[in-house]
Amino acid sequence: MSDIYYKTVNQITNVLLFVEGVKDAAYGEIAEIQLEDGSTVTGQVLDSRNGLAIVQSFGETRGMNTGGTRVRFTGGTARLNVSTDMLGRIFDGMGKPRDGGPQIYSNESLDITGSAINPDAREEPSEFIQTGISTIDGMNTLVRGQKLPIFSGSGLPHNRLAAQIARQAKLLNDSEGFGVVFGGIGINSEEANFFRKEFEETGALDKSVMFLNLSSEPSMERIILPRLALTAAEYLAYSQNMHVLVILTDMTNYCEALREVSAARNEVPGRRGFPGYMYTDLSTIYERAGKIHGRRGSITQLPILTMPGDDITHPIPDLTGYITEGQVVLSRDLQRKGVYPNVDVLLSLSRLMNQGIGKGRTREDHRGVADQLFAAYARGKDLRSLMEIVGEEALSQNDKHYLEFADRFETTFVNQGYYEDRSIDETISKGWELFADLDVREMKRIKDEYIKKYGKWDNGKG
Amino acid sequence: MAGTIYRISGPVVIAEGLDNPKMYDVVKVGEMELIGEIIKLDGGRAIIQVYEDTSGLRPGEKVGSTGAQLSVQLGPGLMGAIYDGIQRPLDKIKAVSGDFIARGVNADPLDPMKKWSFKPVVKNGDEVKGGDIIGEVDETTLIKHKVMVPPGITGKIAGIKEGDFTIKDVIAKVSGNGKSAEIKLVQNWPVRIPRPVVDKMILDAPLITGQRVLDSLFPVAKGGTAAVPGPFGSGKTIIQHQLAKWADADVIIYIGCGERGNEMTEILSTFPELKDPKSGRPLMDRTVLIANTSNMPVAAREASIYTGMTLAEYYRDMGYSVALMADSTSRWAEALREISGRLEEMPGEEGYPAYLGRKVAEFYERAGKVHVLSGGVGSITAVGAVSPPGGDTSEPVSQNTLRVTRVFWALDAALANARHFPSINWLNSYSLYADDLAKWYSENVGKDWHELYQNTMKTLQKEAEINEIVQLVGYDALPEPDKLTLDVAKVIREDYLQQSAFDEVDTYTSMHKQYLMLKVIMELADEELRAVKKGVSTEQLSGAEAKQKIAKMKFVKEEGIDAYYDDVRKSMAAIEAMEASAAK
Repeated sequence: MSDIYYKTVNQITNVLLFVEGVKDAAYGEIAEIQLEDGSTVTGQVLDSRNGLAIVQSFGETRGMNTGGTRVRFTGGTARLNVSTDMLGRIFDGMGKPRDGGPQIYSNESLDITGSAINPDAREEPSEFIQTGISTIDGMNTLVRGQKLPIFSGSGLPHNRLAAQIARQAKLLNDSEGFGVVFGGIGINSEEANFFRKEFEETGALDKSVMFLNLSSEPSMERIILPRLALTAAEYLAYSQNMHVLVILTDMTNYCEALREVSAARNEVPGRRGFPGYMYTDLSTIYERAGKIHGRRGSITQLPILTMPGDDITHPIPDLTGYITEGQVVLSRDLQRKGVYPNVDVLLSLSRLMNQGIGKGRTREDHRGVADQLFAAYARGKDLRSLMEIVGEEALSQNDKHYLEFADRFETTFVNQGYYEDRSIDETISKGWELFADLDVREMKRIKDEYIKKYGKWDNGKG
Repeated sequence: MAGTIYRISGPVVIAEGLDNPKMYDVVKVGEMELIGEIIKLDGGRAIIQVYEDTSGLRPGEKVGSTGAQLSVQLGPGLMGAIYDGIQRPLDKIKAVSGDFIARGVNADPLDPMKKWSFKPVVKNGDEVKGGDIIGEVDETTLIKHKVMVPPGITGKIAGIKEGDFTIKDVIAKVSGNGKSAEIKLVQNWPVRIPRPVVDKMILDAPLITGQRVLDSLFPVAKGGTAAVPGPFGSGKTIIQHQLAKWADADVIIYIGCGERGNEMTEILSTFPELKDPKSGRPLMDRTVLIANTSNMPVAAREASIYTGMTLAEYYRDMGYSVALMADSTSRWAEALREISGRLEEMPGEEGYPAYLGRKVAEFYERAGKVHVLSGGVGSITAVGAVSPPGGDTSEPVSQNTLRVTRVFWALDAALANARHFPSINWLNSYSLYADDLAKWYSENVGKDWHELYQNTMKTLQKEAEINEIVQLVGYDALPEPDKLTLDVAKVIREDYLQQSAFDEVDTYTSMHKQYLMLKVIMELADEELRAVKKGVSTEQLSGAEAKQKIAKMKFVKEEGIDAYYDDVRKSMAAIEAMEASAAK
């Protein structure tokens, strides 16, 4: 819109430019910052008043100066050109191709901030997604339209788990698979290559769109990258009727970029220096998952974050857990025991599980079996720590059964291969096999009729 | 005269040149006419919090004051509706702007065209005052909407009509003191001002929720206040949903304040199918939803709990008992913090504004059981969820809430992880209403209720003490009576306190069933103690048939519960027999 270049940059920090004399920059407006050498960097207005605009630079501020750097306001907020040509392509954190291919030309462009889905228009997610992973399908079921993050720690196999889910995810009565939108936020090139190779090998690349910002690239791009990815996902889901699985990794890098901007603006910090509005900000990313009445497509989100110091109460996992519909938590203990996937089922949760399971969806006994597995494993783990203090002899016979249960649960139910794709029937049956070594009277979470129908107490204990 | 925008910073806009702006006036901001509210005046500038996303606003765009405060429309048609934080009807917004919420969209909170059948209960010439009921409208199958004289108006009724009217039609006039006011089915009220009442009353009856751990151990009184703090995944929302489904209030106001969109969808899709246990009518007929999800504008989130409370007060004024759930008040407090930060106010604890405590107290003080202006009695029970960071309740929102609420349902992550739901910790939770309500329980539930309650609590306390000993010496070294206490406590925990919200029978337990369940557990405990004293071991007792039956008691339907109780009692004969043979 505007051809006016402001040469009135008065102050520059590592991420912000204070441009004076600007009368009417729009809040959120995209600005083009032109350096003396002619190169340009994109920025966005974070605060606008009559006489001053504060612009956040998405690129490095290295080389900018207060005399020669010019700023032009583009007149619009950030948008992304969308088209089905994006499938199979790889873009950078600003939405530009990074695979050597052509730009995306389209007469359709979308505002990357998106708008909130009207709660009255949402459809309750209820279609069971079989991931082939017992700990998820059996105990923390994922449904289409859910946002279920993986809470991991540094060095844990969250990427493998996410790749396995992306490879195996399917609906039981629907041959149509998922398109994948991948947002790599500040990840290193090895991680990026791992996912690209995975998608190539499984043939998923043709149905996927990748946005990558590597750890060496400007951190401010990480703030818009998830929004680009979700805008692409929304286009594919709501305009092209695709079922889209969005993988965002690593959200911890996103939050740190957010903290960087907040600190640069001298805002009052919240916990651990993260801004007080981080909850609201994260919700504008995570809430872009869902299903809408009358539209065929859906967005299922699988964000990944690494918990600093494995601390689940750290603001990043904490605020995420308050927004998402559950979480899959990876355990360092299980990793040490050689269990893959090292899902800590007790800390994990799927809030939408009930809508997706039961008769006609998975199996009628699913709820009861899951609850009983949770209860029995929790008891076994409690007894483990008790045994360390008082010794095994001080435990009752019944307690010893629970101890064995916990061990076998980890080695046969949790543990499975990277290429092992278990059906939900197999998963639930494994549960019943494990119960067979417990006293049938302890099965308080399961209805009698299911115990009669599915129980495997033929070893005389029943 | 219209003013202009001077500055935009997130949800905060500063305007200059407004003609006589007043605190808390509603303004329309920018070309899109986004709704905002003046929250600070500074020289010639007005600081405005805007209830919609401000992206794209520019300095210089116009700002116009409406001269009115942020108000809600009160009248028939509220029941069953779903509103955002400033009472915009989300279903109508959808009709205008599609599946995504566009900005600057306005829709009438109440349908202006719909005709309601109005039956007057006063005659021309009757003296009325503010709050008096002049007639009724059948709003839903569950709610008779009482049409009231707006507070502040007194005089003689004239020209009262009967028949079908829209909310905008004049149905009567009230003349007095030389003034005449038109009465319609609808009235407006500013959300930040409590509606007047005669006086507050002492609370003497519980809000029965059908949730055993709440009704039996930590009851909230009708007109009382309760806080539900808990880390994520501990089941706050499910408890709030269960209350909204089963609480024996006449009207439910459910405020989804900064929470998940899919949770509101769940209510929208399940409530119309659920039936009120008393009347068999759809629960949606007594429910109003306020949905300002986390990704909807933060300032409207701040307003949402006041919008909800004002609706609650309106139905209370008709003489109804109202239960209000706010999930989660932490998100409201964070909205306050965000706005306060943008105003560059000096922060108090953890960045929250210094007035957080006052605002929390003011909100809960609007609950209560009262004599309403029309002479009847109405109540608002307020239940607020709190989402403390990391589950640590030493943070400001939890602490300020606990200072003013009288019931504390402490959600416990360890219980939730073991899938003990509702995960209310029985050692940390409390209800300060327990004594006030003792009389009600003894008259309406059972004379021995208080004794049952005390024995239950004692057993659970004792269990915690014994468990500490077990950590040192192991289970086998315990004396038999202690082993028995652990057994009984386990029965209380697993067969009584644990309750499945997803089982069609277990989801709701009447007070009578709760009484029989608790009674039979305590009777079993007494019987077992006698046996143990005679020398029967707890190992022998563990397989008792009566215990198996108690474990299934929660799944027994209400109509069969008396017979089942008798049956369990009969099964206890086996324990008596053991006792007798041991005595020989």
